[in-house]
Amino acid sequence: MKAAEKVLSRQVRAEDQVRGTGKDRLDLARVPWLRPLIESRWPLFLARAVTLAGFFFTILVGLFGSPVGSHNFAIIFIWIAWWTALKLVFIPLGGRSWCSVCPLPMPGEWLQQGSLISKARKRLGLGLRWPKRLRGYWLQAGLFLVIGLFSAVTLTDPRVTAWVLLGLILLAIALSLVYERRSFCTYVCPIGGFTGIYAQTAPVEVRVVNTAICATHSEKTCYIECPWGIYPVALRDSSQCGLCLECLRVCPKDNIALNLRPFGSDLGTPRRTLRLDEAFLALVMLGSALAFSAVFTGPWGILKNAALAIGSLPWLGYAGAFLSLNLVVLPAAFALAVWLGEKASTRPASLRRAIANWSQALLPLGLFSWIAFTISFALPKFSYIINALSDPLGLGWSLLGSIEVMLNADRFGFAPFLQVAALLVGLYWSVSLIASLVKAETETPRAWRMAVPPAAFSLLYTLLMMGLLVG
Amino acid sequence: MPPPTSKRSRYLPWLVIPLLGILILVLPIPARARTSVEHIFKIEATRFAYIPSIIRVNPGDRLTIELTSQDVVHGLAVDGYDLEIQADPGRTARLSFTADRPGTYRLRCSVTCGSMHPFMIGKLQVGNNNLLWRGAGLALLLVLAGVWRGYR
Repeated sequence: MKAAEKVLSRQVRAEDQVRGTGKDRLDLARVPWLRPLIESRWPLFLARAVTLAGFFFTILVGLFGSPVGSHNFAIIFIWIAWWTALKLVFIPLGGRSWCSVCPLPMPGEWLQQGSLISKARKRLGLGLRWPKRLRGYWLQAGLFLVIGLFSAVTLTDPRVTAWVLLGLILLAIALSLVYERRSFCTYVCPIGGFTGIYAQTAPVEVRVVNTAICATHSEKTCYIECPWGIYPVALRDSSQCGLCLECLRVCPKDNIALNLRPFGSDLGTPRRTLRLDEAFLALVMLGSALAFSAVFTGPWGILKNAALAIGSLPWLGYAGAFLSLNLVVLPAAFALAVWLGEKASTRPASLRRAIANWSQALLPLGLFSWIAFTISFALPKFSYIINALSDPLGLGWSLLGSIEVMLNADRFGFAPFLQVAALLVGLYWSVSLIASLVKAETETPRAWRMAVPPAAFSLLYTLLMMGLLVG
Repeated sequence: MPPPTSKRSRYLPWLVIPLLGILILVLPIPARARTSVEHIFKIEATRFAYIPSIIRVNPGDRLTIELTSQDVVHGLAVDGYDLEIQADPGRTARLSFTADRPGTYRLRCSVTCGSMHPFMIGKLQVGNNNLLWRGAGLALLLVLAGVWRGYR
């Protein structure tokens, strides 16, 4: 109990508390017809059961189905249907909503709580705290880079996809038996890092309604029951909240809100943190979007074959370029932009603090770059999804009567226009954030100059993406 | 870009920026007038690459693509033109059409040819890539708009 109190006090102390109970919020938990759905654990359990069944089916089909990626349900379902839905729907509209139904942590969580739905008395696992040195987004960024290095194989070979999924779920189970709560999701899962940072742009949040009520409630049921180990009063942003809504269900004071809020409500206020992990992850996401766009949507066969031939000399060249882009070129360019921006300030902050603060502007830029990249293959390859549903085992079935469908959802060629529009939205949002951060720091007449180098970084990145996707 | 002070200067950009945006979208981008030419492109298709991977023509040009596969059966579908051919290994397939739509279009393999098949892509550029130029112009404008909006 003492450890829990220590965590709570640190969480509250460490963060500027942002609570969403203002006029621009709509508490969905107060909507009468939604309330029973939110309060009951059954809808979420059923959704999780469906995704878990789908997950194991995907692994089986990946291992034993057609070896040809574009004919295998595992590849199409994971890398076209789910990956597209995550970037076009779940994250932009629901933040970490996917995490609430993600199958990866489920078996481990059920073992941890000793029951499928609510916590039992007899529980499994050591419940150790996650090592301090491994906290933050570093591991997740590293794993995302590893996936990027092997992406040409992972995204196209059903066997590899199946083994990766199997490996991830076994790792999640193993970690949940050693470490407390959702350590795997918070510190290890590369998709968790991806959804986490971009969840700050989404129009959904869980927040405390009245912090004074929490202060007088000594049991802290919300924290005790939260699978993620989050104390809702301390929620600074939505990056760590998995939207399972357990806090809302167990709060005896009915003091938790599930808010609809304006997009990007977590962004735009100066951050005093010195943590660079979020900036690093955001840069890795930018670099990966750039690299994937070149490899998968570019016309350079030599690059595709290099990315595919793992272990060969061309692959080493690809790996070197990919890592250099993510670990050297983009971080150096962004650091230079921030440094130049701070040079124009009358009260320059340390470079570390400035990078941590200004990196928020990379989030809309990155999210919309991923959206633009996704459009490039989701629309032309939409027919694959229908065909995979029609013949999930690759046995020549025609369940939907559409096995030979070659439906091109982009028959009229509007995908490039959507891609440009997405990139422009991301750029505008990013630059607006940069400018509002400058304004929040200082209002001297020439302060706008601070915004120019980071805005130039965003512009240059957008033009590069645009060139790759529609050039 | 100092902070706007008067009411007029505060709202003027909301008028000017969309107007400039519309201009960027609708102003014709000059292109050299040329008489249409007939081209023949010999494209070799090999696993996950077209060689050459980029072909450039002018609007109105008549082009014939001679597709030869070097390994397995490959296809070539032209985005935006709804055209497609397939070539068996060692055999040549031909596709003739008039490139009457300016812009950049992807050429995609339409026959499953291996793991990277969905990403086997080439490029047909017909005249100016107006979408790219207009997009770049809008990007520049939006940077100014973003700085102004964030700073006001």
